Amino acid sequence: MNWSAVRAIYVFEMARFFRTLAQSFISPVLSSSLYFVVFGAAIGSRIDEVEGVGYGAFIVPGLIMLTVMTQSISNASFGIYFPKFIGTIYELLSAPISFLEIVMGYVGAAATKSMFIGIIILITAFFFVDLQIEYPLAMLAFLVLTCVSFALFGFIIGIWAGSFEQLQLIPLLIVTPLVFLGGSFYSISMLPPVWQTISMFNPVVYLISGFRWAFFGVADVPIAVSLLAIGAFTGLCLAAVGWIFKTGWRIRQ
Amino acid sequence: MPTILSIKNLRKAYEDGFEALKDVSLDIEEGEIIALLGPNGAGKTTLISTVCGITMPTAGSVSVAGHDILQDYRAARSLIGLVPQEIALEPFENVINTVRFSRGLFGKPRKDGVVEDILRRLSLWDKRDNEIRALSGGMKRRVLIAKALAHEPRVLFLDEPTAGVDVELRKDMWEIVDQLRADGVTTVLTTHYIEEAEAIADRVGVISKGEILLVEDKVKLMARMGRKQLDVQLTQPLSEIPKALQAYDLTLGDDGWTLTYSYDTKGERTGITKLLTELAGTGLQLRDVVTRQSSLEDIFVSLVREDEKEAS
Repeated sequence: MNWSAVRAIYVFEMARFFRTLAQSFISPVLSSSLYFVVFGAAIGSRIDEVEGVGYGAFIVPGLIMLTVMTQSISNASFGIYFPKFIGTIYELLSAPISFLEIVMGYVGAAATKSMFIGIIILITAFFFVDLQIEYPLAMLAFLVLTCVSFALFGFIIGIWAGSFEQLQLIPLLIVTPLVFLGGSFYSISMLPPVWQTISMFNPVVYLISGFRWAFFGVADVPIAVSLLAIGAFTGLCLAAVGWIFKTGWRIRQ
Repeated sequence: MPTILSIKNLRKAYEDGFEALKDVSLDIEEGEIIALLGPNGAGKTTLISTVCGITMPTAGSVSVAGHDILQDYRAARSLIGLVPQEIALEPFENVINTVRFSRGLFGKPRKDGVVEDILRRLSLWDKRDNEIRALSGGMKRRVLIAKALAHEPRVLFLDEPTAGVDVELRKDMWEIVDQLRADGVTTVLTTHYIEEAEAIADRVGVISKGEILLVEDKVKLMARMGRKQLDVQLTQPLSEIPKALQAYDLTLGDDGWTLTYSYDTKGERTGITKLLTELAGTGLQLRDVVTRQSSLEDIFVSLVREDEKEAS
């Protein structure tokens, strides 16, 4: 194991994050503040409580998940796509490292970044709403798992993408709708029965539900199912990455 | 000198069926500078990419200091540094971090002294905190070399290091390669500037259409293949070679103004004395007499042409 290489990639990627601090830090804080103002204060004042939780507080877990998922994907996919685009990938390919170290470096950095942003949003939330976290450790575990698995997913997209357009395609067409319809801003139980059933096919529902449970102890689906869902998603991404590693798909001719 | 890089029966066919390398075998000795010459598309870059791990070989084997590039890739690759043909650098990072990154990537612990030394040698030390995108093209090339040297490799691959580089930088590059040789670094460079191979290489390999046509000591090659030509420029043009001179291997060129005689400098008799005596006998008036030594370029062109003729 070439740990020095993992660290080098990680540090290099994190440096990109800190170089663009305004973009990577201020923009999620600003947009989540806007959500709190619009959904929490304006609309939320007309919604009493959702499952015994004030609406402003209720949307906090969903909002964090929304940001963390999209950030993990965009960070990781950009992280590996950019070297492909500018040609610096030659160095990764000629270095004494295996694909595993490349994945650990890039996915680790991407997950750290979105984790960081998630925590920033959480801190921001305390300024707007009255919030307590029932199971902090479970909350943290869900956050880490989501960051890592979505960063893995983003990494796969970055390897696959042949253009900047393709890089945006899956996040835009699949991930964003799934996340918005996954109960970020509402409880599935608020939907008509038909839509409740349809929602059960949305994997993001399980992640948001589990994360929300860690905050308030209430969930749309049993916590074990949530854990299973995120475990399965992580496993799927790992398998895909393993396959890319074996075949050199889209990386090494 | 022991062999540091051994390429055996290497083949590379791309997915579309194009065979970029056909059965290439080559041994490179430790500490030498070898120049691989070849026209565009000859397979020079594919050869380097395969040895460095960027593309996978279709058949054959390569070992670096005894380490196979596939089975023992970590050991093999850590001995190799690569300077690619195209400038590919992270534009927003600064010089020193980019070089440190390379060192880390190759598994070496951070040593600021080593990095400083490399940057100073490449005249990059004053620019260490500059962002890459603010550097000139020549400086970017230096950064590429610094990155390739960051992990103190024993074999350095330079893929067309001086393509599109000004004269001064080219001379600097040659000096850098020379210094590296003093440190015992083996250098493999590809080029299509014959002048470059002539100036710095110990050995020259010629590649055409995925095959190595020849590998030879530069001096020996020039001596073996080097022919001299004697141009006799006339005061009046000729329509044909005079009968008295037809026994000689002469060509009439320059619209009849020049008679050219080719001879081997290593032959016991060059035939010049006799030719000049007979020339005087024909009563032709000479304006000038010039001799030319064929360069590596002539040798190279004739080799590649021969190869193409055989192929067709």
